[in-house]
Amino acid sequence: MDAEAAKYVGAGLAAIGVGMAALGVGNVFGSFLESALRNPAAADSQQGRLFIGFAAAELLGLLAFVVAMILLFVA
Amino acid sequence: MAAEAGKIDPMHQFEVQSIFDGFSIGGHQIAFTNSALWMVVAVATLWLFMLGGMKRQLVPTRWQAAVEGVTGFITSMMDSNIGPQGRKFTPYVFSLFMFILVANLLGMLPTGIVGIHPFTVTSHLTVTGVLAIVSFGIVLIVGLLRHGFHFFSLFVPHGAPWWMMPILVPVELVSFMVRPFSLALRLFVAMTAGHILMKVLAGFVINGLNAEALWVAPVVSLPSFILMIGITLLELLVCAIQAYVFALLTSLYLNDAINLH
Repeated sequence: MDAEAAKYVGAGLAAIGVGMAALGVGNVFGSFLESALRNPAAADSQQGRLFIGFAAAELLGLLAFVVAMILLFVA
Repeated sequence: MAAEAGKIDPMHQFEVQSIFDGFSIGGHQIAFTNSALWMVVAVATLWLFMLGGMKRQLVPTRWQAAVEGVTGFITSMMDSNIGPQGRKFTPYVFSLFMFILVANLLGMLPTGIVGIHPFTVTSHLTVTGVLAIVSFGIVLIVGLLRHGFHFFSLFVPHGAPWWMMPILVPVELVSFMVRPFSLALRLFVAMTAGHILMKVLAGFVINGLNAEALWVAPVVSLPSFILMIGITLLELLVCAIQAYVFALLTSLYLNDAINLH
């Protein structure tokens, strides 16, 4: 395989990481809703924590996107 | 926009172009770029929004109610995350939140149709990096001024056995030092990724309409266009969430510096 093709394959593989982050983000919101429906009175006070969890899960997926972009345009 | 037919060039929209060449200091050119122009537009929009709502009428108009809604939102966020001592930093976090929000939303304007291509200021690591460094610098200065060297107890978790310290302290130190990078990277990549996605979908729509075979337009362009409407709504949500997350994390880091856990 020549180097140019390997770059595109690598960028495609990095896209898997973005999908994994989708699982994480879905898990954050899903678990929040699950427990918020059990105890709606406590839900509003936990919204800050919800977005912290969302931000942490999302960042790791965005890192995979950065890897793909570096492979495509920088490397 | 796709330069030649069939070729989608999603990175062109992030190019910084010089509008006014300016002058040079010590070999570095100081120019007025489209990035700077859209920053000025963002600040001007924000200024107008605030001016219209700061008349302090007893019975608020709709505009004043909108401004009070945003200020109340940030104030309650600071109160719940930091407590009464956080009031001093509310103006900073408010400006940060509003600037990022307005800059994100201005980048989403569909004025490209009439030839004015909006530039998303926050899609550049340099801009978000400076915002993150300012936040991190304020945290460091406030923490060191309030607590002196006691500030470094931030790296020692409560209740951990003493023999864990050689492992825990470096880990806490790294997680502290990486904060400005994660703060800047999150905003920059979220905006960049969204705009690339929209540009690629727009390329599908245009190329499908221009295709030789007639069946391509309904099969490719129409679904892409419908998907693009959905993605645009999602992007508007992401604009607001990213601005909120940036402000929220800044307030949490300030809480660390002020109250030291």
